[in-house]
Amino acid sequence: MNGNGNDSLSLYGEPLASRLLLGTSLYPSPEIMRRAVEAANPGVLTVSLRRESGSGGAGQGFWELVKSLGRRILPNTAGCHTAREAIATAQMARELFETDWVKLEVIANDDTLQPDVFGLVEAAGVLSRDGFKVFPYCTEDLSVAGRLLGAGCQLLMPWAAPIGTARGLMNPYALRSLRAYFPDTPLIVDAGIGAPSHAAQAMEMEYDGVLLNTAVAKASDPVAMARAFAQAIEAGRLACRAGLMPPRDMASPSTPLAGLAFRD
Amino acid sequence: MKSMAKVTIMVNGEARTTEARTLDELCRELGHSPETKIATARNGEFVPAKSRAAASLAEGDTIEVLSPRQGG
Repeated sequence: MNGNGNDSLSLYGEPLASRLLLGTSLYPSPEIMRRAVEAANPGVLTVSLRRESGSGGAGQGFWELVKSLGRRILPNTAGCHTAREAIATAQMARELFETDWVKLEVIANDDTLQPDVFGLVEAAGVLSRDGFKVFPYCTEDLSVAGRLLGAGCQLLMPWAAPIGTARGLMNPYALRSLRAYFPDTPLIVDAGIGAPSHAAQAMEMEYDGVLLNTAVAKASDPVAMARAFAQAIEAGRLACRAGLMPPRDMASPSTPLAGLAFRD
Repeated sequence: MKSMAKVTIMVNGEARTTEARTLDELCRELGHSPETKIATARNGEFVPAKSRAAASLAEGDTIEVLSPRQGG
């Protein structure tokens, strides 16, 4: 954490270009997505796989665009509601995207998109034993975190808030606890980030990175917002390394009292 | 000449009657060349590309043919 040397983030032994992990969904156009990626300089791009319709137009075009961006690819299992679905989807993703990285999502219900932590732990174990490098989308629950690490995950991705809500860090206390309990595990805040200040807050709390999508893609100007998030994450990381002063209850003047005029 | 046996299967959630005998034949019938970026599953289990030619189709099978897509 301290020191001024190389501060790049490595996940599963792979050094990344930055601490921002960016989604590829919901942009107004492929061109705006491309420009947003260039502005954000993300270390990782998340992608998905869906049913192909016709003879392969949309999927192939998207894949060509993603390849041209030259980023580390992290396929997800978004929308899977059981461990079985997530495992099969991860296996398909590994072949399709030629990577053993997978953002593991097992969803409990469609209203909150909350992780089904039981299915998540089950799938994480199966996939880790099968050679996958699992990035589990999880809650801040300490016991679940321990189970995921025991299942073979080498990092955790707790939510800030439900996916797509833009509500920011809903439970900073729990996120701080998770950080304190697992000081040596890479922790990425994933989901619910709405503003660059949310991302900076996570980084100031000694989180190792931030994964987001909607907050950039749905901004009025996604390219500018991508740059704003990149700068916020860098600022938060710098602040974390610099050492934040602790808050205090009573005021303390910053201007010296010594030499103050009009006093006896 | 006796006509080929047909099976009715579900492909990406839609019923389809086909003469394809294997998953590989089905993918070609759907218009996917061997170079197309797709991944397949049969009855909920992943079927690697190299195994499609040996993956036979039976009445009522559920097939998924997926391709790259945007994701968060």
